[in-house]
Amino acid sequence: MQDVFIYDAARTPRGKGRKDGSLHEVTALRLSALMLDAMADRNNLDGHAVEDVIWGNVTQVGEQGACLARSAVLASRLDERIPGLAINRFCASGLEAVNLAANQIAGGAGRAYIAGGVECMSRVPMGSDGGAIAVDPSLAIEQYFVPQGIGADIIATKYGFTRDDADALAVTSQARAQAAWQAGKFSRAIVPVLDVNGLTILDHDEYMRPGTDMQALGALKPSFKDQGEVMPGFDAVALQRYPELERINHIHHAGNSSGIVDGAAAVLLGNAEFGRAHGLRPRGRIRATAKIGTDPTIMLTGPVPVTQKILAETGMQISDIDLFEVNEAFASVVLLFEQAFGVDHAQVNINGGSIAMGHPLGATGAMILGTLLDNLEQEDKSTGLATLCIGSGMGVATIIERV
Amino acid sequence: MTDFTMTKDGGIATIIWDVPGKSMNVMSFAALDLLDSLIDDALADSAVRGIIITSAKTDFAAGMDLNVLAGLKEAAGDDNPAGPVFDGIMRVHQVLRKIERAGMDPKTLSGGKPIAAVLPGTALGIGYELALACHRIFAADNPKAKIGLPEILVGLFPGAGGTTRLVRKFGAMAAAPYLLEGKTLAPAKAKSAGLIDAVEADPMAAARAWIDSATDADLVKPWDAKGYKMPGGAPYHPAGFMTFIGASAMVGGKTKGAYPAPKAMLSAIYEGAQVPFDTALKIEARWFTNIMLNPSSGAMIRSLFINKGALEKGAVRPADIPDQRVRKLGVLGAGMMGAGIALVSAQAGIEVVLIDQSDDAAAKGKAYSAAYMDKGIKRGKATEDKKAALLDRITATADLTALQGCDLIIEAVFEDPKVKAEMTQKVEAIIPEDCIFASNTSTLPISELAKASTRADQFIGIHFFSPVERMALVEIIKGRQTGDRAVAKALDYVRQIRKTPIVVNDARFFYANRCIIPYINEGIRLVAEGVAPALIDHAAQMLGFPVGPLQLVDETSIELGAKIARATKAAMGDAYPDAAVDAVLFEMEGQGRLGRKAKAGFFDYDETGKRQGYWAGLADHYPLINPQPDLLEVQHRLMFVQVLEAVRALEEGVLEDIREGDVGAILGWGFAPWSGGPFSWLDILGTPYAAERCDQLAAAHGPRFTCPALLREMADKGHSFYKRFGQAAA
Repeated sequence: MQDVFIYDAARTPRGKGRKDGSLHEVTALRLSALMLDAMADRNNLDGHAVEDVIWGNVTQVGEQGACLARSAVLASRLDERIPGLAINRFCASGLEAVNLAANQIAGGAGRAYIAGGVECMSRVPMGSDGGAIAVDPSLAIEQYFVPQGIGADIIATKYGFTRDDADALAVTSQARAQAAWQAGKFSRAIVPVLDVNGLTILDHDEYMRPGTDMQALGALKPSFKDQGEVMPGFDAVALQRYPELERINHIHHAGNSSGIVDGAAAVLLGNAEFGRAHGLRPRGRIRATAKIGTDPTIMLTGPVPVTQKILAETGMQISDIDLFEVNEAFASVVLLFEQAFGVDHAQVNINGGSIAMGHPLGATGAMILGTLLDNLEQEDKSTGLATLCIGSGMGVATIIERV
Repeated sequence: MTDFTMTKDGGIATIIWDVPGKSMNVMSFAALDLLDSLIDDALADSAVRGIIITSAKTDFAAGMDLNVLAGLKEAAGDDNPAGPVFDGIMRVHQVLRKIERAGMDPKTLSGGKPIAAVLPGTALGIGYELALACHRIFAADNPKAKIGLPEILVGLFPGAGGTTRLVRKFGAMAAAPYLLEGKTLAPAKAKSAGLIDAVEADPMAAARAWIDSATDADLVKPWDAKGYKMPGGAPYHPAGFMTFIGASAMVGGKTKGAYPAPKAMLSAIYEGAQVPFDTALKIEARWFTNIMLNPSSGAMIRSLFINKGALEKGAVRPADIPDQRVRKLGVLGAGMMGAGIALVSAQAGIEVVLIDQSDDAAAKGKAYSAAYMDKGIKRGKATEDKKAALLDRITATADLTALQGCDLIIEAVFEDPKVKAEMTQKVEAIIPEDCIFASNTSTLPISELAKASTRADQFIGIHFFSPVERMALVEIIKGRQTGDRAVAKALDYVRQIRKTPIVVNDARFFYANRCIIPYINEGIRLVAEGVAPALIDHAAQMLGFPVGPLQLVDETSIELGAKIARATKAAMGDAYPDAAVDAVLFEMEGQGRLGRKAKAGFFDYDETGKRQGYWAGLADHYPLINPQPDLLEVQHRLMFVQVLEAVRALEEGVLEDIREGDVGAILGWGFAPWSGGPFSWLDILGTPYAAERCDQLAAAHGPRFTCPALLREMADKGHSFYKRFGQAAA
């Protein structure tokens, strides 16, 4: 088995995932090619330098359809002999791309890969690719399908997290993100989005709401209460899977759930030989990867069992991990992770997360892996774990360490 | 076979449905073949310009003969029954599709002959599905007629193209009330809803006129026309996507996953919506076959249709007793039960004397009927005339002499043997010698009450459930000396008031309460053990019970539960097994948490009596155990505890017929209707597995789960209840 190193990690700023978002005018193809070009430029990737581009993306229809990875390679200045593979593990697609690439390299199938992902949520709406699990009665009824937000609220109900717990986490996320931007902690990772003429379209995360406090969040209405209790009544479905609960406590709203945004991210992975050949110094090493399936109704508990699994497989303890990135899809996902492992919030998402900056589905996994590496360097720590909850009940995790 | 006949007159072939010897047409496979050949004849006959399909009876048709459907799978013997069932259903599709295409060229959509359905009255199930395959549906202006697809109510779904055609006609959302709820409509409303095309004083004439003017385009169904798009969108159309996500959630949420038919129907709709029409019919047939072969559907048809009907028609009535229809009924006690009994009896055209201690109290009981009719008038379901006629039939008085000339008395006074005995004697002195005397007691042994009567052979129990006007079951209890004429009287009366009777022998709590009380008690035991109250009630609801045991005891009153517990304990002495239940019950009672009427019970209630949540204090008294038991364990405890009582009732001869045990359980206390009743459920489980579960439950939870000897013996022999006890029934 070959050691797998991270040579570079970068991301675009995140644009609001709406028609008035700055990146709404930018195609998924262009955003993807921009990141591939950044990898090539920053690391001198001329010719057939990498084996493949593994590109995560959730809603693979329209401009994000037809193996966007291949189109992105062709639209970038990468060599056409690099093929391109589009993958979809929902919200963990970006991290799964990294893990797949790492394991290919470890197994000897190529020296280097670019892994990452993209999601233009303002342009290709979430859910517009259909999907049997929500719609096909033979699965939806048997598996007690409910939307993610209901799953997040089940977590809160089952594990006893209150609206205040969730709002407090959101306030912290906003404050940390703001402080991190002010301190320039994302400067190494950010690749500004430029237009065809080199003019800047977006150079910062525009979704953030600095200064958000408990009072501001307190005014927000729960997002999933109506679809849970009234139409079409998902709570009645959820309670069949969790009959010990009397009712679902709907604590999540727009302010303590991840933001809908546009963005892309890429990670350059390779073995030692690749680094030597290109004169690149490795920044970190992939220590382990893991994935797991979980109950699809509560859906978003995956980070807990996948972390248990990765620790067991590596023989590590939770205390061996210095910093965590647990995707803030919903506040309760992070609260559950911290409760399950007794981890202090001071170690988790230390520069804010998706609640503050947004969650571009297919890209986020690669983004938080890059952030984790930056954080380890800036804090001078050695070992970090990134994990995300995933639609339909899955979890993915990666442990990295500095070299 | 003369179920269908055809006449040709003036270029129009009229096919008349008239099943010999039946008051209502039902479809059989032989009749379908005949219909097919008549259609062939008419389509081939160049002198025929159009076809009318109608009925010679008051109604069009009640549907498929469910006995025939039940027979389809039995005909397969040891082979996989799916083959013959699927082929049979595809044969239905083939004939109906032939009618729909009517000889037209499938490419040019021209050259077909117009086919009209003329419905003189009710058209249900395949009766409506046949009409739906025709090009235009005319109905007579018959307000009593019902039109629709009620299959879902007996555990099936419309399988003769009704599901596929209605969804393509209306869209999934708009078709849902007719398919998923089995909603039926009278012709005028069916017309405005689009189920039929026209309501006419002379529908035959209208159909002939339509045939004369029909063009090729009039014969092409939307789904056969070019560019057809499903109203509301197919599943992966943006609008349809949301509809279908919601549909699964609503069906799953509403049925608690307990019923297989709605799920199968939804799959047929979803999969069918994505393919051409003929493929959709094939998919519908596959899912319908799947449902036909599901033991739940067979059990539901057997209990809710075949056996319920048989009991209503007097299956257990003593044969040689002449008609005992009631002319004049005396109701003693004008409380909630008495008032309800007076109402349903007067509705059936029976003259009622409603007695209470004062004229005022009696009048109050009569006012219940007035209020009921007022509600009906408000909803457009009754008229002032009907109300007046109904109230005219009820004489409310304190004067017992008004009971002269009664042929049936139903006593519904306070549940006290002394009060009842006194009334019995006073009334027997006034009523005719041949008058039958019935008690509506729910707990007191009939044979004991009969001791107050000088005519014990004419004394019987007629046990109504509350609220009388809504509950379909009436439990008739034979005392030790009750004679056949009293039984026939009670049965004929129940038939008059259009309810479903079961006849049981006298024993503590008879049949229904004998099973309900342990069900409630098991729920309370689970609370005492530290099981989450939500898990207890949800477990019951997911079995198909309308409410869980804790909600049920709050509704029926904890005070009453405690009272019954004390009386039972006094009667049983040391053998009394329910101390664990009483500890909770008496604790609640002591705290004044008497149930909903006290606005405090296992639940908290607001000012208006609206249920809020489980009482938080419960967790203090009975801390939750961790981990909580599995859902299935809780469900099996709640099920077995009642089902074993039913088996014991059969063993002891309290129940004489398992059909009554099954039908009575579903109608009496909402026992898991999908299962077909306690005995059907045991058959679905298989008696060997049921006996094994008894052993496990008894070891874990106590002797109340001890396997009854009868069940043990059946398990050893691998018998099923319906094979062993159902022969007479079938």
